[in-house]
Amino acid sequence: MSYALTEFVLAILSIFQNKMFLRNFAAFLTLFFLISCSNNSSQDIDYKKSYEKELGGEIINAMIGEPSNLIAMIAGDSASSAIAGNIFNTLIKYDENLELEPELAQSWSISDDQKTIIFSLKPDLKWADGQPLTSHDIYFTWKLVTDPNTRTPYSSDYLLVKEARVIDDQTFSVRYEENYAPALDTWASLQILPKHLLENEDINNTFFSRKPTGSSFYQLDQWVSGQQVSLKKNPLSTQGEANINRLTSRIIPDTSSQFLELIADNIDLMNINPIQYQRVFPAREDLKKKIALYKELGNGYTYLGFNLNKEPFNDIRVRQAINYAIDKDEIIQGVLLGLGEPVASPYKPGTRWNNQSLKPYPYDTEKALRLLNEAGFTKNKDGFLERHGKKFEFEILTNQNKQREMTAVLVQRRLKEIGIDVNIRVIEWASFINRFIKTGEFGVVVLGWSLSLDPDQYNIWHSSQQGPGQFNFIGYKNNEVDKLLENGRRELDLDKREKIYHEFSKILLEDSPVVYLFAGYGLSAINKRVQGIKSPAPPAGIYENTQEWFIPKSLRRNEIAY
Amino acid sequence: MLIGISLISFFIMHLAPGDITSNEASFNPRASEESRQKLREIYNLDKPVIVQYGLWLQRISKLDFGNSFSSHQRPVLWQEKDKNGNITKGLIQEALPITLMINLLGILIIFSISIVLGTLASVRQNTWVDRSITLFVFIGFAIPGFWLALLLMYWTGVVNQWLPISGLHSPGYLNLSATAQFLDLLKHLALPVFISSLSGLAGISLYVRNGMLEVLNQDFITTARAKGINEKRVVFVHALKNAILPLITIVGLSIPGLIGGSVIAESIFAIPGMGKLFYDAVLMRDFPVIMGILTIGSFLTLIGNLLADLGYAWADPRVRKGLIQ
Repeated sequence: MSYALTEFVLAILSIFQNKMFLRNFAAFLTLFFLISCSNNSSQDIDYKKSYEKELGGEIINAMIGEPSNLIAMIAGDSASSAIAGNIFNTLIKYDENLELEPELAQSWSISDDQKTIIFSLKPDLKWADGQPLTSHDIYFTWKLVTDPNTRTPYSSDYLLVKEARVIDDQTFSVRYEENYAPALDTWASLQILPKHLLENEDINNTFFSRKPTGSSFYQLDQWVSGQQVSLKKNPLSTQGEANINRLTSRIIPDTSSQFLELIADNIDLMNINPIQYQRVFPAREDLKKKIALYKELGNGYTYLGFNLNKEPFNDIRVRQAINYAIDKDEIIQGVLLGLGEPVASPYKPGTRWNNQSLKPYPYDTEKALRLLNEAGFTKNKDGFLERHGKKFEFEILTNQNKQREMTAVLVQRRLKEIGIDVNIRVIEWASFINRFIKTGEFGVVVLGWSLSLDPDQYNIWHSSQQGPGQFNFIGYKNNEVDKLLENGRRELDLDKREKIYHEFSKILLEDSPVVYLFAGYGLSAINKRVQGIKSPAPPAGIYENTQEWFIPKSLRRNEIAY
Repeated sequence: MLIGISLISFFIMHLAPGDITSNEASFNPRASEESRQKLREIYNLDKPVIVQYGLWLQRISKLDFGNSFSSHQRPVLWQEKDKNGNITKGLIQEALPITLMINLLGILIIFSISIVLGTLASVRQNTWVDRSITLFVFIGFAIPGFWLALLLMYWTGVVNQWLPISGLHSPGYLNLSATAQFLDLLKHLALPVFISSLSGLAGISLYVRNGMLEVLNQDFITTARAKGINEKRVVFVHALKNAILPLITIVGLSIPGLIGGSVIAESIFAIPGMGKLFYDAVLMRDFPVIMGILTIGSFLTLIGNLLADLGYAWADPRVRKGLIQ
């Protein structure tokens, strides 16, 4: 009974989804219109000449969702962290080459037993309200994130700190129970909050989350609910002065509307999709003239994951066969219009953690069939593979994500060619996680991981992380990998760590618990009035140096409202 | 009645798998299951549904709609003041006026235009006027609103720059005078209101047309014509008055619809209204918000029915007589 009702609710949700599908279709029709129409009203500005850096101006970008809470440790959504990142600082940060460098800290040192890290802060740091920023604030923030009453999902990394100490106003130390190599990475993501403003507040429900005081380049100017968030320059910034005066983020949930706003020159910056990148822009000279396109490899990948506790996926030959039978290039061309890279390890290509000697499984149906034959599968009279009289069929589950749905369809087709009958089921996210992933009642999924910059992937691959709600839900277990992951967490020497994770990636590729499908490019369209953007994008991406972007006076938008 | 509705919606809501801790953002290797469990305990999500319903009923009896589960923790219905005097506005408080304004304008447009169109079509029944009106309203009804919306946005916003494309205000509208602010708002609302009234137009004008045809064939109209009253008076006074009576019911029934926005229109035009609020709350499994909107919606439905009945009795002496007898 309750099951039927659940289905009913899901059916209602899927109607929403269908409407969205219709909308996509309509957007497609509009696309034709966009490609075929063009106007020449854009003023003749010479974007080619090089401009001198000038301070001031405003950049307007578009976001899909409204930030929920500007305290990043509580918020968890990407809109919030994007905005909070302009307001708050971390102790250390990643530079454009993804190496750690000082931010609030001027230096850090690691003790000989590798268990203690001592941060020493830059002198004369100030909050935007003029109060000094000291190591007491750092201690306060650590206390806050580890406080059981704080509603944060990110506490576990900081709970590993056995002892945190304020040595003096400018020195702060943390001591870990055991060596913890990702420790520095965790301090590069914890945004430091002001003690003097939050000491007597309930962090879960404080007005500070809508009107924060930070220490970075910008401070909040105005937040109009559901419409826009504007930031203005923080004159007391701890990191020097940013060039652009105001950052305004407009909340426009629909990407087609965002795109119209972009070409009407009402916004300067948005994330675009492969169709816009590869089809619309090349066809529109007038747009190419005023809008520049950027692409950079994202920090994640999409994969096909097997439930390793189920027949026949517990057989390595079956997994390898499926890996050989899927044409990854076809997926990259078909789904991403070529704007992606094949991957052979769970690390971003181009970073030191990525083992370059590894190559993805080539598309080779003969090899796939041979492996399946070895595993006991034979073709039946309908052309499908079967073993012990049972047809080889399974269901691919994925969530409502257009790229993943299209990927699943291409996989389905290729697997059908070698005789595997595949069905696809698309499910709304929360239901997907609770009914299938947590309970382990799935065969194959198409999902993606977006990863932090530290190579530690203990939570995803270690055999101890298989409980309900934990991230090794595919049930991967390999003693060698377990040992490597444990060692990788303890090894602080970068070169030795690199070796460990290269070895780990090699075993993982061999074992094929997941089929790596692709790593997609993040695509941005930015009006050419914004200058100083690094191109080609450095490893950390174009958004790494936004404080150095500038808008020459002659290119600025009219400040008066239209 | 309200309790029944709220009980059913509460249970259906909880039958959908998942809760606030299972949204996509929390599927992050950095976020541990223990901390998610902690969140579930804080929000009483680990208790049996019936206990949760009891807790909710207890709060609602004091007119406390609670705070959103999502990380901003904003009050669902009305603003709250913290100890420093900062005011956090309620979610419904902010979204409702916007949706109400759009829908009221929409209804105004729908009724004023469709009564004219309907009457015209019935008086000129089976002529080209009638046919073209019918054709027009059907096209209006059948055309996908979001598609037309995008085309119009492109035409009026990008090609010609007559109207803003999306949003409710121009950037910097705070510096404008009150009249300019109002004009700015009207400009932003023009397209959304037009799009949202398009489909209603078809239904109501056919309704008026058919009602008019029925009335025009009745004996008292023939009598009126026989008495030599001029045709305009016959149509607009005698007939129309009777024909639009049933519209009162429709207005009454559309009262709950007034607070429900369209998710798609609101997303396209970037308007922070009720439809988007509800849709996002469902996806996030933000139970207090879902329940808040459902409760207010069902309350308004009941009120709307009541008002429709009363309005009918007020307008139509026959209903009043029937009630007394």
